[in-house]
Amino acid sequence: MAAEHAPTASEYIVHHLSFLTSAKQTSLVDWSVFHIDTLFYSTILGLLGVFVMARLAARATSGVPGRFQAAVEIIIEMVADQAKGIVHSPESRKFVAPLALTVFVWIFLMNAMDLVPVDLLPMAGAAVGIDYMRVVATADLNATLGMSLGVLLLCIYYSIKIKGFGGWMHELFTTPFGAHPLLWPVNFSMQMIEYVAKTVSHGMRLFGNMYAGELIFMLIALMGAAWAGTLGSGLLWIGHIIAGTIWAIFHILIITLQAFIFMMLTLVYIGQAHESH
Amino acid sequence: MEGNIVGFVALAAGLIIGLGAAGACIGIGIMGSRFLEASARQPELMNTLQTKMFLLVGLIDAAFIIGTGIALWYTTANPFIK
Repeated sequence: MAAEHAPTASEYIVHHLSFLTSAKQTSLVDWSVFHIDTLFYSTILGLLGVFVMARLAARATSGVPGRFQAAVEIIIEMVADQAKGIVHSPESRKFVAPLALTVFVWIFLMNAMDLVPVDLLPMAGAAVGIDYMRVVATADLNATLGMSLGVLLLCIYYSIKIKGFGGWMHELFTTPFGAHPLLWPVNFSMQMIEYVAKTVSHGMRLFGNMYAGELIFMLIALMGAAWAGTLGSGLLWIGHIIAGTIWAIFHILIITLQAFIFMMLTLVYIGQAHESH
Repeated sequence: MEGNIVGFVALAAGLIIGLGAAGACIGIGIMGSRFLEASARQPELMNTLQTKMFLLVGLIDAAFIIGTGIALWYTTANPFIK
């Protein structure tokens, strides 16, 4: 950012909402553009989660567990319980329950990047020549929709695996209204709408929450940037600390809740794929 | 002309946040009261219901928070002014 003038509020927000892209985006859907920051942070956090869990699993004891092991055991038990209640086939659960755990831990870690001060990592990046950086990977629609598309593919996979291709086709054309041939197009379009709505709302929900949370953190940071030595700006500066603390505490709830909801909906959608009508 | 747009966008942001908040609060209020009623009647179900209640809180809240995010985006980095 240019040093000769301080950015205005709009410039600050727009700058902080710009991704580090591999190329300039020319249209709304541009497949040649990669968001390097999103890819970087999601990969790093995914590896971190896997690494920590694997290390813990390697030295887990059956005796008195340490604090960290107990915490991980609580999470695993919680996910396993939810999976047991929603996905009834034990064979699928061998894959689906670890998937749900991965989704939960990964999304939680990516959401938790929201709690890092908004300017810390972008400024560190700017110091080494990276001008744009967004640290919250789940505040990128591409990341969340990518994950929900993955869930959609799994739903289709399990639909075909459990009911057979014919059975799935039969379901697509005969539910929800009935098997009469006149109703086939209606049924099919209803099913398609359901699949699209499920997938889009699944990804949008996580994205919207994280995006709004990030934006509010930036607005709070703007309050702090108003510091100019006068009394009013000093009060604003104190206000930004108070507001930031309150929002961060509230946000701990939101990031956990959104990770939990994404995990639960993953389980519910895959569970639905197992039920035949 | 630009002043007009700024005014309209400010009104729109107020409506987005206000109506969204009203809807979400009414929804969560109704659900919370039902949850309390249900757990007063059957305290042993409280834990299972609580999980589901939090899930639904997140679902209800999502639309409102998405709206708030969009409204804040409009107010801070107005896309309608070129």
